[in-house]
Amino acid sequence: MAQEKMTLDELRKLRDEKKHAVAVRDSAGKTVDITVGMGTSGIASGAKETLQALVAELEKHKLTNVAVRQSGGLGLEHAEPTMEVRMPDMPPVIYGRVTPDVVRRIVNHHIIGRELVDEHIYDRPAADILYAGDHPIVDGE
Amino acid sequence: MPYANFCLICRGTACESSKADVLYDEIKQYVAANNLSEQVQVLRTGCFGFCEQGPIVKVLPDEAFYVQVKPEDAEELVTEHLLKGRPVERLIYREPGVHALGNIDQISFYQKQFRIALRNCGFIDPENIEEYIAREGYVALERVLFEISPDDVLKELETSGLRGRGGGGYPTWRKWKHTKEAVADQKYVVMNADEGDPGAYMDRSLLEGDPHSVLEAMAIAGYTTGADTGFVYVRAEYPLAIKRLRTAIAQAEEYGVLGDNILGSGFSFTIEIRLGAGAFVCGEETALLLSIQGERGTPVQRPPYPAVKGLWGKPTVINNVETFASIPVILTKGGAWFAKVGTETSKGTKVFALTGKVRNTGLIEVPMGITLRDVVYSIGGGIPGDKKFKAVQSGGPSGGMISSENLDTEIDYETLTALGSMMGSGGLIVMDEDDSMVDVARFYLDFTVEESCGKCVPCRVGGRQILHLLQKIADGKGTTEDIDRIEEIGKTMKASSLCGLGKTAASPALSAIRYFRQEFIDAIPADAKEDAV
Repeated sequence: MAQEKMTLDELRKLRDEKKHAVAVRDSAGKTVDITVGMGTSGIASGAKETLQALVAELEKHKLTNVAVRQSGGLGLEHAEPTMEVRMPDMPPVIYGRVTPDVVRRIVNHHIIGRELVDEHIYDRPAADILYAGDHPIVDGE
Repeated sequence: MPYANFCLICRGTACESSKADVLYDEIKQYVAANNLSEQVQVLRTGCFGFCEQGPIVKVLPDEAFYVQVKPEDAEELVTEHLLKGRPVERLIYREPGVHALGNIDQISFYQKQFRIALRNCGFIDPENIEEYIAREGYVALERVLFEISPDDVLKELETSGLRGRGGGGYPTWRKWKHTKEAVADQKYVVMNADEGDPGAYMDRSLLEGDPHSVLEAMAIAGYTTGADTGFVYVRAEYPLAIKRLRTAIAQAEEYGVLGDNILGSGFSFTIEIRLGAGAFVCGEETALLLSIQGERGTPVQRPPYPAVKGLWGKPTVINNVETFASIPVILTKGGAWFAKVGTETSKGTKVFALTGKVRNTGLIEVPMGITLRDVVYSIGGGIPGDKKFKAVQSGGPSGGMISSENLDTEIDYETLTALGSMMGSGGLIVMDEDDSMVDVARFYLDFTVEESCGKCVPCRVGGRQILHLLQKIADGKGTTEDIDRIEEIGKTMKASSLCGLGKTAASPALSAIRYFRQEFIDAIPADAKEDAV
């Protein structure tokens, strides 16, 4: 990431370019985007093993269109490790209690088979205050 | 052939007890009967955190959110929505201004959480500055450097009503104003990330999930008050947080949003990390500053406050991690936006670490003014094993117990203090009927006695005496006089200790006695009860 120090205009340009990519999780050339929650508590619940199993399973199926990213904790500590899967034609889903075995089911059933994995779906804990549109608490009349 | 619809049924314990399992079977059966098994996948999900409206059914990708769905509604749901594509209006969740159909973000408004400080946690890659930039990152810094004056920043913070999230609740704008107005050749900005309360991990999660938001805010504090150097004081036990902070600082300097001549504005600001060795008292600001200076971390008398005479005797803004994390949002969306959330005296949101005897443990961020009942039962999903709620311990070793009669109190700085607890940094430990209040009080006193720096007598001696008396009571050797004595020593510590640690160290014991006195009396052998009736 060799980067010259930016001017104000360059920062604004970069933000505009990246805004869309982050919002739709559209990494260049990758159609599936997976985010593994890798905060301290996620790692303590086995997120590293989950991540390793994910990478191995993707390799096994030669799935090269999948971008794997990490994030901090999502707030679902009771259901860690967590993993969010976003891909075209499927609703974005957050999975919880994702053991290596569940990872293999996610790759085989969700990404390849296009069905959701039962008993592991969780909800995002809150609306996105930055881009969700009007929020009844703060944007009402 | 991929499924056209996904039908998600909550299988949280609360929903199951209101027949969600029967509902699941019914829906599956009607899906099969209508030959929809190829088009609709029926699934069970984790708790949606909205248990009082359960059972809950969500249909994707339509994003329809149904509440209080009964087994007898299954047929209509399947034949109308899943077969004919016509959502069943009467079951769709509504609240003023929100129709829970069509927008996944809108429907998540039913949740009690509101994430300002945690807006990026779990969403962006904390080791990639471009992801932070893409989500309005460094917009606030831009505004501050190029569009508005330092006085405007103070005004915006004043309008927002933001108060210190480390526990004290001092208005942030006023703190910054003191430092801004102080005349000195050098000023500093310090971030207090010396999180030490048992069960609390707000700061750690914020630093691990979104380090740039606090770096941006520190630079803003520097520009506003006239400081060019910042220190992050973080405990060495947080290696991942430290690693991500280091990465974030390096990237921010590389991109030119920290360091010399930020974005060509002429303003320079550098941030250094200082590691704490884990002493709890170093979370106290004067002790923390001495520790940064390389000295022994013991508190000193205030005033003068650090805002005027802090690090190396220079004016120093010192704020907690969560306080900083809220600031970029306040400066992009405006102080008035932030002030719409919360209570009369406590604006915005608060991050809590919800742990203990509760189903959905985790880091939550809620509007000030939420009730404990909502926290424990809606977000937390209630108590495992359907045990009875007993108390919530808030504010860590400086806080106290909140009992069931106060479950409906709206939480803010003032109400928690009135209950004999405090906001603290945000640990919430839920306890059920099996937990002994004598043991809990003893646990916290054991902690503060261990962590007392020993500089002042009330804390050094008083804490040890209270712990000794609690131990005596726990061993079944106490007397009713011991209970009174704990209260007397506790009040003395509160009135005469040098710093916050000693002033509040007795709170867990005092509030346990205040709300659960009978439990202490019950622990005393019959022949030692003076006023046995």
